Amino acid sequence: MNVISLTPLDLAMTAILILILAGASLLLRLGVAGQLLIAAVRTTVQLLLIGMILTTVFKLAQLQWVALITIVMLLIAGREVVARQQYRLAGWWGFGVGTISMFISTFTVTILALLVIIGTDPWYRPQYAIPLLGMMLGNTMNGIALGLDRLTSAARDQRSIIEARLTLGQSWREAIRDIRRQSMRTGMIPIINAMAAAGVVSLPGMMTGQILAGSPPVEAVKYQILIMFMITAGTGFGTMAAVWLASRRLFDDRHRLRLERLQNGR
Amino acid sequence: MSRISISGLRARDIGPLDLEIGAGECVCLSGPSGSGKSLTLRAIADLDPHEGVLAIDGESSTSMSGPTWRKRVGMLPAESQWWYETVKEHFPKNDGTYLAAVGFADEAMDWEVSRLSTGEKQRLALARLLANEPDVVLLDEPTAALDKESAARVELLIDNYRKQHSAAVLWVSHDPEQIVRVSGRLLRLDQGCWREAQ
Repeated sequence: MNVISLTPLDLAMTAILILILAGASLLLRLGVAGQLLIAAVRTTVQLLLIGMILTTVFKLAQLQWVALITIVMLLIAGREVVARQQYRLAGWWGFGVGTISMFISTFTVTILALLVIIGTDPWYRPQYAIPLLGMMLGNTMNGIALGLDRLTSAARDQRSIIEARLTLGQSWREAIRDIRRQSMRTGMIPIINAMAAAGVVSLPGMMTGQILAGSPPVEAVKYQILIMFMITAGTGFGTMAAVWLASRRLFDDRHRLRLERLQNGR
Repeated sequence: MSRISISGLRARDIGPLDLEIGAGECVCLSGPSGSGKSLTLRAIADLDPHEGVLAIDGESSTSMSGPTWRKRVGMLPAESQWWYETVKEHFPKNDGTYLAAVGFADEAMDWEVSRLSTGEKQRLALARLLANEPDVVLLDEPTAALDKESAARVELLIDNYRKQHSAAVLWVSHDPEQIVRVSGRLLRLDQGCWREAQ
């Protein structure tokens, strides 16, 4: 494989594009120039850092390092899920529901793929495990955040309806059923759309990266299909688990709606 | 034949309420708006956490699940809620037994909820509640949004149900004439305390 290595000068030239965009934003008073520059600096520093960390971990190739990195990734994704909801479960539940659901779905699917499907040796080989889990987490995080946001805001908006259903003797499951279905759907639709559009409307980033790095397109496509299926399964199961757990938490043992368990995050 | 006994009921800072409503009896609750009458009804329906003991014929609310309790202690809010397109989907097992009693033909089951008037919705909500055949009926100003004719119909329907099923009825009302018409007993909520009025 012949990869054209990028020099710092190449990167600096693309950075000029960002500077010009910041200048234009300033002229048009969009109020995003500062954010734009900070985000550009963050992406540079964060990616360079992870590049260095990955180099070390790939060299060490030890299970405990892979485990440490993946758990840090999981916790950061869990925080991100909480931050994206307007109304979140108060206390540890807010963080716990998203993180546990992500842990179960992404780690199961990734380990299954590593052990059974790709068959890496050893199974935790960091070149495979870390990028795969990263992509899984990124997408599952989106699905769970969307699903939970929908669930909690719908529960608030439709409080009277939920309580009217409880008043008629419905269980919490029946009373929240329609909202729960909508929320699960909301969390799953982006990834279903992404699968449907892949290759026609958009060339997925991972595949593009592999091709740029010199892989034959068909090899890149096979990996992309594998990733798509893994991501979809992870997102789907993760969203289902998170929405189910959170909807259970909205009610108590007497099947009473307990909206005071939500807090406004913004 | 069911009586409900309420002892030491506190919903937030309202109460305590001690009250026993016999089978076939109707008791009215009254008081300034915002004083906590609805909160009290919600507590009796076990929709909110509360202090005190609730029991039907000696069976306490905690001896059965929340949904079972709420099937036996049915509550009709001031404003009815609907969540599907047609009337029928809101009825348990599409049971329209009480439609005729509230003045509708069977075809009302196929109507779209969005086309109903407030009065029609309230009568249908009552038919929906009674389809559970509750032992105790809690009414939160059920006729407040209705015209005189619809209000009279609702009163009559509740009266018939109470007599036929020997149900205990707890009725929140603002209308002094209505209170006299439907009940012999009245409790007034005054600065968080319940007092029996003569």
